[in-house]
Amino acid sequence: MLEFPTWKKVMLWGIAVLGILLALPSLASLSNQQWPDALPEPTVNLGLDLAGGSHILLEAEREQVAAKRLEDMEEGVRSALRGRDVAERIRIGDVSTDDGQLSFLLNDAGDIDRARAKIEGLINGTGTVREWDLQVVDGQRFVLSQTEAGLDNAVSSAMDAALSVINDRIDSLGTREPTVIRQGDTRIVVQVPGLQDPEALKELIGKTAQLEFKRVLRDATQAEVARGFVAGGEVVPYSVEEGIPGGGVVVERLGGIDGSTLTNARQGVDPQTNEAVVNIAFNAEGSRRFANLTTKYVGERFAIILDDQVISAPVMREPILNGQSQISGSFTVQTANNLAIQLSSGALPVDLSVVEERTVGPDLGADSIKQGLLAMGIGTLLVMLLMMITYGRFGIYATVALVINVLMLLGIMALMNATLTLPGIAGFVLTIGAAVDANVLINERIREERKRGRRVIAAVENGYKEASRAIYDANITNFIAGVLLFSFGSGPIKGFAVVLVVGLFTSVFTALPLTRMWVANWLRKTRPSDINL
Amino acid sequence: MKLLKLVPDDTNIKFLKWRVPFFVVSLLLIAASWALVMTKGLNYGVDFAGGLEVRATFTESSEAPIPQLRTDIEGLGYGSPVVQRFGEDNQVSIRVRLPDEVSADKEAAQEAATAVIEELQGNYPDIRIDGNDNVSGKVSGEFREDAVYALIYAMLAVALYIWIRFEWQFGVGALFALFHDVSLTLGMFALFQLEFSLQIIAAILAIIGYSLNDTIVVYDRIRENLKKYRKMHLPDLLDLSVNETLARTVMTSLTLLVALLPLLFFGPASLFGLTAGITFGLFVGTYSSVYMASPLLVWMGVNSDSFVPEETVADRQEKKLRGEV
Repeated sequence: MLEFPTWKKVMLWGIAVLGILLALPSLASLSNQQWPDALPEPTVNLGLDLAGGSHILLEAEREQVAAKRLEDMEEGVRSALRGRDVAERIRIGDVSTDDGQLSFLLNDAGDIDRARAKIEGLINGTGTVREWDLQVVDGQRFVLSQTEAGLDNAVSSAMDAALSVINDRIDSLGTREPTVIRQGDTRIVVQVPGLQDPEALKELIGKTAQLEFKRVLRDATQAEVARGFVAGGEVVPYSVEEGIPGGGVVVERLGGIDGSTLTNARQGVDPQTNEAVVNIAFNAEGSRRFANLTTKYVGERFAIILDDQVISAPVMREPILNGQSQISGSFTVQTANNLAIQLSSGALPVDLSVVEERTVGPDLGADSIKQGLLAMGIGTLLVMLLMMITYGRFGIYATVALVINVLMLLGIMALMNATLTLPGIAGFVLTIGAAVDANVLINERIREERKRGRRVIAAVENGYKEASRAIYDANITNFIAGVLLFSFGSGPIKGFAVVLVVGLFTSVFTALPLTRMWVANWLRKTRPSDINL
Repeated sequence: MKLLKLVPDDTNIKFLKWRVPFFVVSLLLIAASWALVMTKGLNYGVDFAGGLEVRATFTESSEAPIPQLRTDIEGLGYGSPVVQRFGEDNQVSIRVRLPDEVSADKEAAQEAATAVIEELQGNYPDIRIDGNDNVSGKVSGEFREDAVYALIYAMLAVALYIWIRFEWQFGVGALFALFHDVSLTLGMFALFQLEFSLQIIAAILAIIGYSLNDTIVVYDRIRENLKKYRKMHLPDLLDLSVNETLARTVMTSLTLLVALLPLLFFGPASLFGLTAGITFGLFVGTYSSVYMASPLLVWMGVNSDSFVPEETVADRQEKKLRGEV
């Protein structure tokens, strides 16, 4: 018991001192002190609930991806069967996309093998899984249905693409350290610290920004807009900002241009009207198609459609040959700038809705830190006082161990680059109250052993030995609960779990070997025949 | 210096004498808790009910105009909001639970929050929006489901560990004690209609870990005494074990309590539910380690053989054959 080899002392002190040193940068930042640049600075991150900021959970609909995929397949099948010349053409009819399946009838049953050969390439995809199932019913009806695996792939790649689009859009805000990660199959988490205007953020990342140019056939009547479709064209309503309620236009269904061929979009000001506009530029292919279209239909109206709403429908007075154009609408500088960002980052491949948002203002977070630290300080003092008046010298060892424990906990969290959240502060308080439990068990056992008549050294030795069983068992059950806590719940709760679990390890270290070393040292030096406990 | 001894030496309280009435009372409390949860229901916050919560400070006033706020928000047509003081007198929390037909739309909570915040900013120039939580019906449903599973798994996992470390009777005893603690905590939240949020589940999970600390200390002592006093009548042995560890039970609960109380009274308002939950769980957990976890062992028939290896019984017979006993 009394013999502590030097290497062991050095190791124990080394670990404790290292833990404390690791805590210093975080302490400096929590108390708003400057930390010298020359020194390494592992710091705990402050959670959004303490630093202020927005947490936004976006969700896509699997059904929407499925529907879009079906639409693409219809287009693909039609174009494959049309062939390059009339001789090759396979005629089909009765095309339907009901019930999530694409089905069509071959006009001539003799074409089955040829049709199958042409479609084969479309349904096998590029991966190793079978993406579509093809059935031929009644001799000449083809039914194509999506396989679950194929849809999984499509959803996954749509979400990956959406992730990169959102990353681009948020980068343009220039906020510090945003986090954008996928969660589950159809979700994306966006966390932006220290943001002042969450509405603007949601506006920016939530919009699909699908841009289209289509030739206007005529104005739509209110009844047509309400019904949503007309024969021989597509009804598109005016956007709310345009201020024409119930209004809309009928545009040509096919043959338009979409935003995928844009290379650049930038907010600008129209020199004539002084209005905010968005200047756009197309790539080579887009420019060619834009030139063709505007040359062919010069003098007619074109609708600029954003997310299925018309933002303006100007008359094309002259052909646009250089691939440069301008979108005007009822923009403010802010909305024009947003649109420019959205257009340059590309359209989201799938609509995303905000299903959860948590925003904390910077003032509330700062107040929470102040109140939390104050409460933690008072709690620590009370625990120390209680331990000292109950266990005397042994209580002092326990309180010194407690302080080292708190610092090491902070230090290890900094090293792990963990996040301190508001419930994490409660985790610190809980750890402070529970960490001394081990010392209580040890000290009570020593008291008991002394009462049974054991000599001081034997009593202390037995105290540590007999108490450690219950200490380890208790810590392991706490660990189990802590792991389940971590796997449950959102960010702040995870922050609570991290503190509790790391705190278990540091408290076992400080309460057992560290205090034992001090007690042994004292006993060896003084050799007391009795102890006040 | 004279040291403080909260529990006098050599107490001999007959805890187990009253085990039947106490056990009946505990069962009744569990039943009452669940009855409260079923009838009065838990006062779900936005995490579990969906909807929105906005926290705000009136920077120029000493007191928030709570009745006026209630009328303002009600005028928006989302039903009647819960408007409460939150922290200081000039700080409020406004909670709106959306009607079912509205919350079917995924973005409904978002739109309602925008409307509420615009209404507030329009009506009160000195208002500072400190934060808002908007949770759609879908996400809140998932939270409810996850919470139930997390609680069940945590109780089972911890009880399983106790079974492995001790005997099955101890595992069952611990599980029952945990069920008692969780039930009563839920009952308290239903009785006082305190806001029930994700933080409360975190509190209960923490309780599941910590309330067993005392139980383990008592169980460890029971195991030690079972080996030591082979012939002692079981209720007496349990009484002895509880009495011997009483100072520890009181002291460990007290250190946790003095650490938690300042947080409860001076801590940030957003942590009140979490701290209140843990503090309450601390009391029921301490009670249950004495009155639930131990008496159950009597009824499930723990005896010294539980911890005596089989060989020892064989050894004894061998000794008998050799005529040594």
